[in-house]
Parts: sequence; structure tokens; C-alpha cells
Amino acid sequence: MEFLNALVAILNYVVVPATAYGAQLALGALGVTLIYGILRFSNFAHGDTMAFGTGITIIVTWGLQALGIGLGPLPTALLALPFGIAITAALVLATDRVVYSYYRKVKTAPVILTMVSVGVMFVMNGLTRLLIGVDEIQFADGERFVVAARAFKTATGLDEPLSIRTTQVITVVVAGLVVWALFWFLARTRTGKSMRAFSDNEDLALLSGINPNHVVAVTWIIAAALATTAGTLYGLDKSFKAFNYFQLLLPIFAAAIVGGLGNPLGAIAGGFVIAFSEVGVTYAWKKVATYLIPNWEAEGLLQLLSTEYKFAVSFAILIIVLLFKPTGLFKGKSV
Amino acid sequence: MSTHQPSAAKGGKIRAPLLFAVMAVLIVFEGLTSGWNGALGIVNMGLISAILALGVNMQWGYAGLFNSGVVGFIALGGLAPVLVAMPPTPGAFAAGGWQILIGLMIAAAAIVLAVWLNGRLAGKTRALAIIMVLVAGFFTYRAVFDPAVAAVQAINPSALGYLGGLGLPVLIAWPVGGVLAAGAAWVIGKTALGLRSDYLAIATLGIGEIIVAALKNEEWLARGVLNVNGIPRPWPVPYEIDLQGNAAFVERAAALGLDPVTASTLLVKLLYTGLFVIVLGLLIWATQLALKSPWGRMMRAIRDNEISAAAMGKNVTRRHLQIFVLGSAVIGLAGAMMITLDGQMTPASYNPLRYTFLIWVMVIVGGSGNNWGSVLGGMLIWYLWIKAEAWGPQMMDLVTANLSEGVLKQHLIDSAAHMRLIVMGLVLLLVLRFSPRGLLPER
Repeated sequence: MEFLNALVAILNYVVVPATAYGAQLALGALGVTLIYGILRFSNFAHGDTMAFGTGITIIVTWGLQALGIGLGPLPTALLALPFGIAITAALVLATDRVVYSYYRKVKTAPVILTMVSVGVMFVMNGLTRLLIGVDEIQFADGERFVVAARAFKTATGLDEPLSIRTTQVITVVVAGLVVWALFWFLARTRTGKSMRAFSDNEDLALLSGINPNHVVAVTWIIAAALATTAGTLYGLDKSFKAFNYFQLLLPIFAAAIVGGLGNPLGAIAGGFVIAFSEVGVTYAWKKVATYLIPNWEAEGLLQLLSTEYKFAVSFAILIIVLLFKPTGLFKGKSV
Repeated sequence: MSTHQPSAAKGGKIRAPLLFAVMAVLIVFEGLTSGWNGALGIVNMGLISAILALGVNMQWGYAGLFNSGVVGFIALGGLAPVLVAMPPTPGAFAAGGWQILIGLMIAAAAIVLAVWLNGRLAGKTRALAIIMVLVAGFFTYRAVFDPAVAAVQAINPSALGYLGGLGLPVLIAWPVGGVLAAGAAWVIGKTALGLRSDYLAIATLGIGEIIVAALKNEEWLARGVLNVNGIPRPWPVPYEIDLQGNAAFVERAAALGLDPVTASTLLVKLLYTGLFVIVLGLLIWATQLALKSPWGRMMRAIRDNEISAAAMGKNVTRRHLQIFVLGSAVIGLAGAMMITLDGQMTPASYNPLRYTFLIWVMVIVGGSGNNWGSVLGGMLIWYLWIKAEAWGPQMMDLVTANLSEGVLKQHLIDSAAHMRLIVMGLVLLLVLRFSPRGLLPER
């Protein structure tokens, strides 16, 4: 019984939240890694692209709610998501046409492109604030729990509750679908194959007649879709606040680098590595320890780091990977 | 920044004085229209911004290093006035101060030991030994550190609850701020330099956020979000209230036709301006000398072509580490000056958009690689940043004048304050696209 209680506590406070968070990070890191692989720069505007896409999705959600359209037990935001993706994709395509395309033409150094993305970040950040303000917004509606804490306790007779929120299940399901679709697209379709070819060797890809503009445009659309989906799922799961999305940039980059920049599979693995370490290190293990070790009361909370330092976890993992395996766990672009 | 064009320097002879004259006119106009107090405020923060931009310019302009954690180095520099100039909290060291320091030393020793083991052992034993050292070190550190922190924070928590400083003159804190930032830069540079260029950008982004998070949460150090107020002023700057009580000063102010309150605030601001001009002047002198020296030429050679510089026997990674540490020291110095000017340490105000990326806009707009350009960019962009705060709502009022009262009008007026982010982003994009060498191009 004690053991089961410990297990449920770990599930409830570590595994479930970290899985949802990991899925969100994985989607974000996939966007970063794709842009890195095809366009060859670190996109600092990715966090704010996520914020912008989520902002649009929230506005459309409000519109749908005002019209009385909903998905019943599922959040309305899922219905609004395609609109958010479409508008965000239009914005990033316009940004590419107006801003980035020039630098591709003059073949500038990647670090200049990163700098340019900082400018884009400023503009997108301002746009998001103009659209929706800086306040915290809750926009999840529908059924709140799949497994409610009290129902679980009465059903199993355990002391520890287990609650799984609808948003967490949706996050994992949607992320799974998106990743499946992306890998299918990259592996099977003609455009997907030309994208991989372009990422592996730009010169050879151009030589074999691949249209670079097409590849770049498709990359931006996919990146916008991934960013908007990741941002909306994160916002549903926690809440929407424009500045939090800027701060997500660090764990997302860390996930992409840990997995190996430019490697989609690595980005997913990296997302979960970062999420599980972050949640595991900042969780207070006292309860679990009390269940597992009989007749022992822990003195402190048994928390390795306070939650304010969760960024330090992604950072530490990033540094360790940079020191020992700069190409990442899965083979990414070389140093 | 990468092409060397001597011909571009032709117009440079008059261009720099002309642009600085324009800047001076803007400030004088500001003083005449909305008061000298505000104008001097802009000048003072503009001078600090200029020093910040100089530091970033050393990293980016001389060496092409992308530091996206400027905010962290500013914050770390800002810690120095608290640690140096605040009076020590009575009994704090006896209660747990020494124990905190011992705890930190244990943590540092564990890391150093792990690094040493990493160089000595190999294979599975290495991983095992490093993990064991780090885990043991971590738990010993927590066992020593946590109770000491609780003891220190229990001392008069509403007013103190931190270690306090050394009670020394605050001017000493300025170089100390530089040293603190340089130390952090050395650690981060040692790991991230020598890898791909954007790894440094991402690693510094992380260290910036962690330093700010630490300052917000470590209450024993600088009271965290409770803020430290009343940091003493540097040597020649008096307090307004003392000036107003000084009969000779009041008399002299009256002779100039000023009331004592205005005169005292102006004098205080002017003295700060003087101090900052001296620091900026020294830095400009030193950086110009460095840039023209063989060392400066080597730096630019490395920046423009790392491979050929390496082929000439230059140790690229080591030079990068050197300039990264130096630039961060200048940023830390400016951070300490800023906290001295404000008289209080408020960690919650360190926003990366304002303190990292705005500095970047200053450097790029001013002209990366040109020290005078950084100074101009710092002053000009700071002026625009302050003025845009007022211009945004004014413009929005004009735009919405014909709209009927309603949600849309209110929303537009409320959001006008965010316009300046868009404006700064557009300025950065336009300069990068159409005038990548900036207002004052590198010679």
C-alpha cells in the first residue's frame, strides 16, 4: 500500500506534468531544429512566434465562444488552432519575404541572421502585446479533469490522489499526432524528402533541381504550425502570459541542442529529457520518501532546487552536453 | 562589419562631430521644453547606456561574439554596490554568514574536484567518480548552507534579513562590479567559446536568466524581491536635503534665480553626470588605444577570418575568451554605476528586452566596431526609448481622436505603451538591412 501510494505520488506530481511539459517542449524544439537544419540559424524569435500564434488562437477562441460554438468536453481552443496556425504562418512567410530572404541572397553569416531574428523577436513581442496585452489569460474551457483527484481516491482507496487534466491528455495526444504527421511528411512526401536533402547538403540539393524557395516556404509554414500548436498547448495546460513564452526559449533551445541541432528525433528526446529533469529536480520528494522508507520523517522538503531555478536545470544539462557531446545525444550538425 | 573599406572613412571626419552635435541639440531642446531635470536624467542613463554599449561592442564589434545574457552581467554588476557599500547587518556573520560562505566554498570545491577528476581519469571510473563527487558535494553544501541562510534571513526580516555589505565607499563597488561580471564571463566563456557561434548566444541567454533568478530569490544576499534601498551615494554627490538645509547653497541658488529644491536636484544630477563622463572618457581612451594597437588589429583579423588568423598562429578561442571577459567587465561596471545612480537594487526590474536586446540595438545602430558609435548609439537610443514612451500614447490619441468611445479605442490607447518594442525592432531590422555598418561606421 505504501509502495502504491509512493508510485501514485510520483505519477501525479512528476510523470504526468513532465510528460505534458515534455511534449510541449518537444514541439517547440522541433520548430527550432527544423529552422536550424534548413535555414541554418538559431531563431531567437521562436518563443515570440509561439506567443503570437497562441494570442491569435485565444482571440479566435473568444470569438467562437461568443458565437456559442464549442467542442463540448474539449477546449474550444482546439477548434481555433487551425486559424491561429494559418495567421501565424502568413505572418512568418511575410517576415521571411520582407526580412530573411535578403540575407539568404547575400549569403550572410549565420550569426547575423540570429541578430536579425532578435529584431523580429522585438516586433513580434510588441505585436503580441498590442493584440492581447501582457496579463495572464486562462482560456481552457470544457471538462477540466479526465481523472479527478477525489474520484481516484474513492475508487482505489489509496491516500494519494491522482489527477489528470484534460489539457494534459490533449497535449500528449495532439503532440503525438503532430509528430507522426511531421515524420510521415519528411519521410514519404516529395517535399519532405527535398527538405531533408536540403538540410543534409544544400549544394547537392540545389544541383539536383530542388527549388530552395519552395523548401524554405514549407519550412516556415511547418515551423509556424509547430510553434502555434506548442504555444496553445502550453497555454491550455498552464496559462497564457506573453513573457513566459520568451522564457521558454531557453528550455526549447536546450532541448534542441541536447538532442542534436537539426535532428528532429533528437528534438523530441531532448524535450522530454529537459522536462523530466526540470520537474524531477524541482519536486519536493519528502512525501515519496516518507512512503518508501518506513519510520523515517525527512527533515527538509527533499527538494533539490526551488522551482524558481528550473531554468538552471535546462542550463546545466545544456552545459554538460556542450562540454561532453557538443553534437547532442543524437547526431546533429557538427560543431 | 566584415568588410574593410578605407574609403568609407572619408565622410567620417565631419560625420561623428555632426551627429554628436545633433544629439546635444536634442538634449538641449528637451531641457528647454520639458525641464532640465528630465533632460539631465536622460543624459545620466544615456551615459550609462553608452558604457554598456561599449562593453557589448567590445564583444560583438571587435570579436563577433553574440552575448545574449547582457542583463545577467548588468545585474551581477549591480550586486556590487549592495555588497560593498551597504552597512553590515549586525550579527549576520555570527548567525550564519561564515557558514554560508563555507557552504559556497564546499560547492565550488566539489566542482573544481570534478573538473580535476575529469582530466585525470578515463572511462567508466571517471563518470562514476565525477557523479559521486558532485552528489556528495551537493548534499554537504545543502546541509551547511540551508540552516545558515535561514538564520541570516531571520534577523529583522522586515528591514534586513540579509548579510549586508562591507560599509565601504560606493565608488569601490564600480570596479568590483566589473570583477564579478568578469568572473561569471570567464566561467561561461570557458565552456561555450570554441564551439559553434550560436552556442555562446544560447549559453549566455541561460546564464543571464539564472543570475537574475538568483538575485530575485537569494534573500540572504541582497534581499531578493524585497529590494535593497538607500545605497549610499558616491563621494562628491551630496543629498538634496542637506543642500536645501545649507544656507550658503540656498543663497547661491537664489542668486541664479532658482528655488533651492530645483537647484539641489540639478546639482546632484550634474555631479553624477560629471562622474559618469570621467568613467566614460577613461574607457573611450583605453578602448581606442586598444583598438589601434597590434592587439586590436589582431582581434579584428580574427573576427574577419578566423581560419587565416589561426593559420597565423593566433589562439582564436583564447583571444575570444579574453575579449569576452573584458567586455563583460565593462558591462558589470556600468551595472554597478546604474544601481549607484538609482540608490536601490530592484532585481525584479531586470528585463531582458530592456537590458539585453535594447543594448544590442544601441551597438548596431551606433555602428558595431566603432567605440564612438557605441557612445552615440547608447545616448540616442536611450533618448528615443524614453521619448517613445510619451510619443506612443500621444500618437495613439491622435489616431483614435475620431473613433467613438468604446472597447477598441480603449484597447488601442492602453496598448500604445507597447509600440516602442515594435519601433525598436523595426529600427534594428532597418539598420541591419540598409546600413549594417551603423551611424558611425568602423574605420
